[in-house]
Amino acid sequence: MSRLPLAGVRIVDFTWAWAGPQATLLLGMLGAEIIKIESRARLDHTRLRSLMAGPTLASPDHSVIFADLNVNKLSLTLNLTHAEAVEIIKRLVKVSDVVAENMRPGVLQRLGLGYEALRAVKPEIIMLSSSAVGSTGPERTYVGYAPNFAALGGIAHITGPAEGPPTPLSGAIDLRVGTTSAFAILAALYHRARSGQGQYIDLSSTEAISAMIGDTFLEHAMNGRSPGRAGNRDRTMAPHNCYRCAEDDRWVTIAVATDDEWRALCAVIADPRLEDERFADGYSRWLNQDELDEIISEWTASRSPQEITQTLQAAGVAAMPAHDGRSLVEDPQLRERGLMEWVEHPLSGRRLLAGPPWRFSKTPAGIRQPAPLLGQHNHYVLHDLLGMPKEEIQRLVDEEVVY
Amino acid sequence: MSDGALQGVRLLEYGQMVSAPYCAKLLADLGAEVIKIEDPPAGDPARRRGPFPDDVPHPEKSGLFLYVNTNKLGITLDPSTPTGRLIFQRLAQQADVIVEDRPPGEMERLGLDYEALSALNPGLIFTSITPFGQTGSYKDYKCHHLNLYHASGHSSFFYVAPKKDKEPPIVGGGWVGEYDAGLMAAVATLAALMARLATGEGQHIDISKFDTMVTLERVAVSGYANNPNPPQLPGMVAGLLPSQDGHVVIVPAQDHQWDALVQLMGNPPWAQDERCRNEVSRALNRDAIQPLLEEWASQQYKEDLYVRGQELSVPIGPVRNAGEVMQWPQARHRAFFAEIDHPVAGRLEYPTAAYGFSETPWRARRAAPVLGEHNEEIYCHRLGLAAGDLARLAGSGVI
Repeated sequence: MSRLPLAGVRIVDFTWAWAGPQATLLLGMLGAEIIKIESRARLDHTRLRSLMAGPTLASPDHSVIFADLNVNKLSLTLNLTHAEAVEIIKRLVKVSDVVAENMRPGVLQRLGLGYEALRAVKPEIIMLSSSAVGSTGPERTYVGYAPNFAALGGIAHITGPAEGPPTPLSGAIDLRVGTTSAFAILAALYHRARSGQGQYIDLSSTEAISAMIGDTFLEHAMNGRSPGRAGNRDRTMAPHNCYRCAEDDRWVTIAVATDDEWRALCAVIADPRLEDERFADGYSRWLNQDELDEIISEWTASRSPQEITQTLQAAGVAAMPAHDGRSLVEDPQLRERGLMEWVEHPLSGRRLLAGPPWRFSKTPAGIRQPAPLLGQHNHYVLHDLLGMPKEEIQRLVDEEVVY
Repeated sequence: MSDGALQGVRLLEYGQMVSAPYCAKLLADLGAEVIKIEDPPAGDPARRRGPFPDDVPHPEKSGLFLYVNTNKLGITLDPSTPTGRLIFQRLAQQADVIVEDRPPGEMERLGLDYEALSALNPGLIFTSITPFGQTGSYKDYKCHHLNLYHASGHSSFFYVAPKKDKEPPIVGGGWVGEYDAGLMAAVATLAALMARLATGEGQHIDISKFDTMVTLERVAVSGYANNPNPPQLPGMVAGLLPSQDGHVVIVPAQDHQWDALVQLMGNPPWAQDERCRNEVSRALNRDAIQPLLEEWASQQYKEDLYVRGQELSVPIGPVRNAGEVMQWPQARHRAFFAEIDHPVAGRLEYPTAAYGFSETPWRARRAAPVLGEHNEEIYCHRLGLAAGDLARLAGSGVI
């Protein structure tokens, strides 16, 4: 197999929950060795339970959410409240390239593992701290989860029905933050590869979300006006909506950008009412889209999203099913692109997981091994990497330093 | 001071609207030299999308274009003309990276696909961003942000509130799915640059916007792939709550956070109820508890609640509009917004970046290019054409 893009890069990973693990998940798929620092004294809460009121887990090694977000990673258990554990981390950092963490700002410093302390051990280390609102500023100690970042960052306000409440997006918000962290770490690695210089990266989860609606702020900067919610409608395109289909709670999206696409849509629907002057050009269609949407809805209401998609795409009109989880995993595109992969986990068994989001022609990056059991790689890290004798490791286990 | 983490990287962008331009912007903002190629005569359609000052369209004043094209050089070029193709090839010979977003097969028809260009420049990294990737039966499908967002399932996944039946799913605000693809393409492009440091070889990267979005909901998607009929959970209590002046979002995911929320509410008697004992019992009794939370929150002011809640370590955030985010003291303190001066659009505040680098900070070196702003610099000074050639190339529609 070809050399992976990040072969030889070692990352000491203090991240937990969703956002931080997404960063090291991507870097691990790219070939970095990810050593996750865990402890029974402070478990990653994705090991403890499933989302909200999910099933109670048989053990911290049975969580499918943890197993999904932590493929390819290694697990070292250390109780960082012991001074010896802190010293072991420093020895590990000495043979590593990157440290990533998303604890509340200040926690690692208090443990003696802040950037200054780690840089003293390894001057060219790259360290990324990801927090709710950044590790500087008056609110640096504030806490939050994905829905809070969506609210604070501005995207919740612009997502939702025109006459309804905002929408606190969630899971993907965390993964957007993590993907942003992965990008920042890669840029720092590239800089270091050419200059020898490491650095500290302070990442704000809220700002990561704001950056992905950046044009919204330009609107305010220009006009002193904040965009609101518009449901599924567009500023210029019409029709542009989500239409009810035949089966219960099934929906299809249709968007028309040009007159050619409009004529193609009319030819397919073949409803004489569409020939009306009210829909004669893009501007008229936008002004009269309520009436237009009613006519289109009548047509979609007796058809399936898949049928509509195939018919309209064949005619050159942008249409896709609005998938929910169940219909999404049945979409043939996932199979054709090989997006889901079987991964065998020693306790949760064989499960389908999403593979890498990209396709490299020469350095295929992806899932190589399942998520680690708690402390599965203690021997590898402590003995093979750090050269500690077995007796000493046993003592550390007995004293619950390795824990 | 360093000129950026990616100083010296040369990137050619042949992209429109959001995804490919955002990918190139992320790299340009960190110091890469990006030459953006726009089709004559009108250029990138983002120039016609707005927002515009006073809502008056102007190709140099589109807020969308200005934001996703900072720190780039801009040239006009029609690669479908014979001369245009030759010029594109010469630019590709000098580039480390090409980012493009044309429908699958179009670069090949132009003679400018990875196979053709890597023959001239074996180290070239060629990143293609399309709605569904270069393979699969959807590869030629048309797909706007609306279609992409809903097709990837994102509008159906709710974590902190139960899904509302019978109401249409709603697309994510702005162009978020398009930004997602641009960011993921930037991650892949940097990875390929890292690989090239070791091997000297370039490669082709196939980015599917749909694949990117599906993997951004990997936990939910994997859940359905392994169990198409998961138990429908009532959802977490709190979440989105109305306030006097808008909404707040509270996520009491852990028991100590619920306890802090109870304290924030002034320890109401109902919170001592058995139904509020732990996360599971609260979720199972969501219908009874949620109205009590809503009644309490609706008498509060969102920013006041934010500060008082955070002092107790309650994960809480007010739902803010663009103006409120821009006035937020924390964002001001961190200089998340910075003024950039543009020759036509003037001085405006832009979001910078979520990552503060201690050694190679984000920097606005230049505003987005006006259409063809760097034609002379690139064609005459870089490629050695005579100044008189510019008028001839423009006259024949090449630039």
